[in-house]
Amino acid sequence: MLIELRHISKTYRVGEIDIPALRDVTISIERGGFLAIMGASGSGKSTLLNVLGCLDRPTGGEYRLDGEEVGRLSSDALARVRNRKMGFVFQNFNLLTRTSALENVELPLYYGIPCTREERRRKALALLDRVGLSDRIDHHPSQLSGGQQQRVAIARALVNDPPLILADEPTGNLDSRAGADIMRIFKELNDEGITLIMVTHEPDIAACAKRTIHMRDGEVT
Amino acid sequence: MNAVVTVRIAMRALQRNKGRSLLTALGIIIGIAAVIAVVGVGQGASVSMKDQISTMGSNLVMVFPGSQRTGGFRGGSGTQQTLTAEDGDAILKDCPYVAAMSPIVRTGAQIVYRENDWATSIQGIGTGYLPVRSWDLASGEPFTENDMHTGVRVCILGQTVVDQLFADDDPVGKMVRIRNMSFRVIGVLTRKGSAAFGQDQDDTILVPWTTTRRVLQNSPFNNVNQLLIGLTSMDTLAQAREDIAGILRQRHRLAPGAEDDFTVIDMTEITQTITKVSSLMTVLLAVIASISLVVGGIGIMNIMLVSVTERTREIGLRMAVGARRRDILLQFLVEAVALAGAGGILGIVLGIGAALTVAQVNHWPVLISPGSVLLALSFSAGVGVFFGFYPAWRAARLSPIESLRHE
Ligand SMILES: Nc1ncnc2c1ncn2[C@@H]1O[C@H](COP(=O)(O)OP(=O)(O)OP(=O)(O)O)[C@@H](O)[C@H]1O
Ligand SMILES: [Mg+2]
Repeated sequence: MLIELRHISKTYRVGEIDIPALRDVTISIERGGFLAIMGASGSGKSTLLNVLGCLDRPTGGEYRLDGEEVGRLSSDALARVRNRKMGFVFQNFNLLTRTSALENVELPLYYGIPCTREERRRKALALLDRVGLSDRIDHHPSQLSGGQQQRVAIARALVNDPPLILADEPTGNLDSRAGADIMRIFKELNDEGITLIMVTHEPDIAACAKRTIHMRDGEVT
Repeated sequence: MNAVVTVRIAMRALQRNKGRSLLTALGIIIGIAAVIAVVGVGQGASVSMKDQISTMGSNLVMVFPGSQRTGGFRGGSGTQQTLTAEDGDAILKDCPYVAAMSPIVRTGAQIVYRENDWATSIQGIGTGYLPVRSWDLASGEPFTENDMHTGVRVCILGQTVVDQLFADDDPVGKMVRIRNMSFRVIGVLTRKGSAAFGQDQDDTILVPWTTTRRVLQNSPFNNVNQLLIGLTSMDTLAQAREDIAGILRQRHRLAPGAEDDFTVIDMTEITQTITKVSSLMTVLLAVIASISLVVGGIGIMNIMLVSVTERTREIGLRMAVGARRRDILLQFLVEAVALAGAGGILGIVLGIGAALTVAQVNHWPVLISPGSVLLALSFSAGVGVFFGFYPAWRAARLSPIESLRHE
């Protein structure tokens, strides 16, 4: 198993009130899996994905990633895990503004295993080519369409060869054609053995996944 | 993340907000420029003052009328009638360590040659003056002992006076008018150059002191403004000073225990005074510099805090793709240091420019030492580290998920 969650809970405290965003979530995701997480707004999908992505710490439970208990890691070690083991794709792309597509893709390499400028460029170029943007490498995000921006983000997520990609509503800001492009790339990646976990509202997007879980009020149903 | 990349990212971030970066660095730029300029002029002045002292003749002792404590010689040379040319003669005769002596009587006047005129300072001197100051004549003859006794109307001109009055003529042998009296020019001094703070040593006329006293000042007394004394050697300075004081006290009939009615100054004292003044100036400058650097640093801290807030999402993203806290810390710290350092470099360039302009316009000597440039640079970088640390630490402390959600 790549991911094992046991009794994970996450409670936000706003003023005096406790808001349970995750309650006793226990799931396993196997290597090479493709999981879609669905559920109503506010049901805790993003919270779960952020915990899976080591961006947020759960308030309770155990999280084993690749056999390693993540809960005990320092923030530096978590940064390393995020850098080496996973790539993120966000609903709003989250590219660096006024920065070329090429440099956006190179970004995770600056924080990874030291490599030369040429290596960085070579890897980034190969991935931009793969997502069909080799003619847009010098464009800034503001000069790209939403679908193109999301493909840059996917190239960025792949640049460190991670075994896991986490995507929070990757097609949420895109029209159905651009969304379909993204899903085609995701399927290809999954065929190559990359594990994908994706939050979505749209059933036809979720249909691309091998497995779908539903959430309600912080619980997996 | 390696150093080169960090610096490049920081430089890029600063370039994106060129105007803002420039305004932010302005405090540092102005502070450093002011310090570099003033230090340059100050050091130049102090070095040239010391140079000038050594060209004045290092074996020099000066005697002024009036006691040091009552501020006699500071209150205006020659206001007291206590020091005479005969005192000088006695010192020359009785003190074995004295090689030469010249009384000095100072006044000022308009000097006229044909249709040209020029206001300058007149120094009434003795025959010992030129040797003591090791000042040579460019042409003509020096004064003789006889000139001193007869009080004849002759003069020796400094180069500046020559430049002002005589176009191409040879001044020697010409008649000039000083206070409406005819003087014959018998010599021209070599050029000494300007002293510290633009005081032009060549802007002067030498006249026998007796002539100055009797003819120009119309006075029957022999009191003088100063005695300029050349010693045989600096090694015997202490004995010489003692002898001079003894002779003067005896001649002035001062009772034992009474205060001296004269002041003896030697070059070491003047050098010490200059050193004291310039080190005081250095302290003052350091204070001004630190105030401006602190002000500049606060400006940098302020803009870096704004920048951290503006770029919260960027910080969150960098953390999401693997930046550790120290990477973020370093990124913003380097940015602050680059901002301050660039300000420092600009300030240095501006300061050197200002100092050179001052030098050009006022003919002041300027000395920009590599030490002060290096110090300015490391100080501005230090300001960057100090004031950049808090914003950088704030950035590094952000949580990745909250930063990513930041609007
Ligand atoms: N930082 C926070 N502080 C307090 N409460 C929060 C915080 N983040 C999320 N929540 C709460 O946790 C719950 C789950 O939020 P989450 O963002 O996971 O929902 P979601 O399923 O992703 O919804 P959506 O489909 O609208 O994105 C919500 O009730 C939300 O109000
Ligand atoms: Mg969500």
